[in-house]
Amino acid sequence: MSEPGSIGPVEARRQVFNEPLTLAAGTVLPQWELAYETYGTLNAERSNAILVCHALSGHHHVAGWYADNPKNVGWWDNMIGPGKPIDTNRFFVVGVNNLGGCHGSTGPSTINPATGQPWGADFPVVTVNDWVKAQARLADALGIEQWAAAMGGSLGGMQALQWTIDLPARVRHALVIAAAPKLTAENIAFNDVARQAILTDPDFHGGHFYRHDTRPTRGLRLARMLGHITYLSDDQMAVKFGRKRRPEAGSYGFGVEFEIESYLRYQGDKFAGWFDANTYLLMTKALDYFDPAEPFGDDLAAALAGARAKYLVIAFSTDWRFSPARSREIVNALVKNQQPVSYAEIVSQHGHDSFLMDDGYYHAVVAAYLRNIET
Amino acid sequence: MKRPDFAVIAGWMKAGESVLDLGCGEGELLRLLATRGLRGWGIERDPGHVLAAIENSVNVLQSDLEAGLAGFEDNAFDHVVLSRTLQTVRHTQQILAEMLRVGREAVVSFPNFAYWKNRMAVLNGRMPVSEDLPYQWYDTPNVRFFTLLDFESLCDGMGIVIRERQVLDERGALVPEEHNFLGSLAVYRIGRGA
Repeated sequence: MSEPGSIGPVEARRQVFNEPLTLAAGTVLPQWELAYETYGTLNAERSNAILVCHALSGHHHVAGWYADNPKNVGWWDNMIGPGKPIDTNRFFVVGVNNLGGCHGSTGPSTINPATGQPWGADFPVVTVNDWVKAQARLADALGIEQWAAAMGGSLGGMQALQWTIDLPARVRHALVIAAAPKLTAENIAFNDVARQAILTDPDFHGGHFYRHDTRPTRGLRLARMLGHITYLSDDQMAVKFGRKRRPEAGSYGFGVEFEIESYLRYQGDKFAGWFDANTYLLMTKALDYFDPAEPFGDDLAAALAGARAKYLVIAFSTDWRFSPARSREIVNALVKNQQPVSYAEIVSQHGHDSFLMDDGYYHAVVAAYLRNIET
Repeated sequence: MKRPDFAVIAGWMKAGESVLDLGCGEGELLRLLATRGLRGWGIERDPGHVLAAIENSVNVLQSDLEAGLAGFEDNAFDHVVLSRTLQTVRHTQQILAEMLRVGREAVVSFPNFAYWKNRMAVLNGRMPVSEDLPYQWYDTPNVRFFTLLDFESLCDGMGIVIRERQVLDERGALVPEEHNFLGSLAVYRIGRGA
């Protein structure tokens, strides 16, 4: 086997849908678009396609880099490429920016054809079910009747799980990584503080900040700082930052004194510089609403009973946002139904973000599972 | 390691049944059972074994054995298997009770400390090392040392019914008599008492 490598330069594509899409919120999108990328080659049987679903702040640029900006490397490039765990020599991989996103798909920052203005706060709240529906339309457009696998980490893993429930005939395997079957009160609480930071920023203008030629960067920055804390682990923060000080520390003031403060502010600033605040609100709401068991009397096993996929569930030891116990709820429901499932619990110090990290055992597990998938 | 107990275990199960294999290693037993039409899941703690089990296309759940059963429903499986592992488990009674909670019946195999060669070793002043007890005393994963009679006595005390028993010698051949003396490895099929 050759040395695992990058898929190389990739191009974002755009699919326009003229068939209306009815959303869970009741709104109908008459015409909409999805931004997506593909890697590898769809085989003649169209049986080797893998859908990669993104998490809260992700998008369709999953692997490779752009010719005009080689530094813009996909967010899961360590996972996808020739010889990598998702081997593009064998699989045709599709990355998609979800509806409501801010990377080219129809969302709050794109133009509402009814008004000629950005949708802003008028863009409907979208759910994980809506995303599955929209992704299925993309699959139709690409001629993919059935995914070999749907997969993702965090909110992406939730989409993979929802696929197997909503469209059981269209997905053979689901890789559900660092996810949970629904959010806890604590999870929702963190999301709401993040939303409140955005909603109360004077520059938010009720979601129509585009008209005022401004952006609620203070709120978005706070939201990201808070979120970022929940993606890390206490262990990792202790090792990386501890109580290390900045050179300007010791002033008995409120400037940046501890390294962790500097790090979080940097992360917040960076994120607020490019992400759309309305999209952030929508994504956190999609997380809060995600609860596939609810229509089945809160019985997750009943929700999964109609699924036909085989599952690989993966959790990380220091992930306290969606802890291993949450993944085991999914596993136990599947075992209760006597459905095929494997579960790996990876020892990692990187908290929730572990699913993005290049960990030998983690990647070996994904690679081994995918090698056994028939195409 | 050759696993002559697998043939005995597989012989007690039928196509279409479900099985949970505790400490499934690389999934060899589950693979064998899959070829015979059973649905199986394994619990395994060691990452290398979990990876190998996934490579072997068996359903493996990475978990600690003694904590791993709590999430399963009563009677979730037709069979629960604990092969060559009971002697490594500290909470012997709890694991047996849990196995017979989540399984309609259970299969347990373990090395017989009263095997004549083991008795000879102790008589000669040394802890036994054999095909079925392959460790030195200082690096053994085994924490419980017991015999066929000990196990049967425990079952009796716990109200566990012994449905079948097969006893093997060091070469894996069936032992027809004097089981607690001539048997190196015992395989039991057990169930809940009335």
